[in-house]
Amino acid sequence: MATETTDVAGTCVDVGGSALGMPQLCADWMSNQIFWLVVTLVAIYFVMARIALPRIGAVLAERSGTITNDVAAAEELKNKAAEAEAAYEKALVDARAEAGKIVAEAKAEIQAELDVELQKADAEIAAKTAESEAAIAEIRDGAVKSVTQVAKDTAKELVAVMGGSADAKTITAAVNARMKG
Amino acid sequence: MAEEKEGGLVFHPLDQFIVKPLFGDGPVQFYTVTNLTLWMAIALLAIVGVFVLGSRGRAVIPTRMQSIGELIYGFIYKMVEDVTGKDGVKYFPYIMTLFLFILFSNYLALIPMSYSPTSMIAVTAVLGFGVFMCVTALGFILNGPKFLGLFWMSDAPAILRPIIAVIEVISYFVRPVSHSIRLAGNIMAGHAVLKVFAGFAALTLVSPVAIFGIIAIYGLEVLVCGIQAYVFTILTCVYLKDALHPAH
Amino acid sequence: MAIEGELAHIGAGLAAIGSGAAAIGVGTVAGNYLAGALRNPSAAAGQTATLFIGLAFAEALGIFAFLVSLLLMFAVGG
Repeated sequence: MATETTDVAGTCVDVGGSALGMPQLCADWMSNQIFWLVVTLVAIYFVMARIALPRIGAVLAERSGTITNDVAAAEELKNKAAEAEAAYEKALVDARAEAGKIVAEAKAEIQAELDVELQKADAEIAAKTAESEAAIAEIRDGAVKSVTQVAKDTAKELVAVMGGSADAKTITAAVNARMKG
Repeated sequence: MAEEKEGGLVFHPLDQFIVKPLFGDGPVQFYTVTNLTLWMAIALLAIVGVFVLGSRGRAVIPTRMQSIGELIYGFIYKMVEDVTGKDGVKYFPYIMTLFLFILFSNYLALIPMSYSPTSMIAVTAVLGFGVFMCVTALGFILNGPKFLGLFWMSDAPAILRPIIAVIEVISYFVRPVSHSIRLAGNIMAGHAVLKVFAGFAALTLVSPVAIFGIIAIYGLEVLVCGIQAYVFTILTCVYLKDALHPAH
Repeated sequence: MAIEGELAHIGAGLAAIGSGAAAIGVGTVAGNYLAGALRNPSAAAGQTATLFIGLAFAEALGIFAFLVSLLLMFAVGG
């Protein structure tokens, strides 16, 4: 250790401000270093033990708790989602079956109505046809009768013009014979 | 003196460790506010900044500062738990205090023009002998005379046991010395080497090499600072484990 | 003082050899750790703390040599 103590700055520093010997071994400074070290350590200890460490420990515990809870909640939600999916599938199947039933019913109803309508229409058509046929037959009869009358009249007139006289009976027979031919 | 005058080169590698009063020029009393006090206070403020202000939000999703604090907390907590076991966890705040003080002092000392409290042998001796005395007292309080079983290797051959016991006692009492000098020596050596390289940088011819050397040593020092804080802490844990469970 | 001046500086230089010896020790520790870790990588992670303790012990002795060197240089040699 440096033994020369010559200057005013202290025993461990020379006049130029350089260290005499090792500053680490300067006994004059050691009490200062130890005092301030103890002060600093005590301060750090109280800050740590009273404020920082409990707080950080609480935060870490809270975080792990939150993570555990969240994992559990996620598991629950997953189960719920699976349940919901199953219910949805079931509802879908049911709805399909229902829809099929409704469609079949509607078809049957429509078919029945259609059949009734068709029958009615058929009957109407048949009636109309019969009526028309009757009318046509009447018209034809009427026409044949008229033609016979005209032919008789014409034949009587013709016979009369030619100077003959003919009775109605003969002429009628002759016309009928002709018309048949 | 520490002056080697060779071509204008002046080395004062140890001047950076001088304790200076911040106010006035008087002699350094034990209560004098010095540059050492200043840098210890800065370390304290940095610790408060990271651990108290950083975790102020108590956020479940941490901010950056808070995650740094949580990282260090988890790291030291796991170390204490792994090395000393479950019953050592109640000493966690003390170990955390030591670790934080050393870590922050080491890293703050890497700032140019700063001062490194952990390079002072008086400081680390208080730390090392404090741990030693606390651990020894704790060992005797918790285990009584059985604590001496730490030195008696019951599974060694009977003839060797006394010899081993002597060696164990010596190594036990060397622990605080090596514990404290390791830290102070590492930090002092790193800073002195940086200073020597800086002295060489004044020489134009070798200054590129010297500056590259400073960069390399600085990188090494960044590593050493962390490792020394870690080593000091884990050795404290190991000694604490010996006190809690003295049986080999 | 029995040792003075130039002689103390020579002693400081000799003490600095111890740093090299510590370097050998540190290299041995790290190399053996690596060899073991490569053989059984799964066991490596659990032994990092032991590695660092071993490194610290080996390195501490080098630091002691450095300290002796510094003492001779600055405290004794003056």
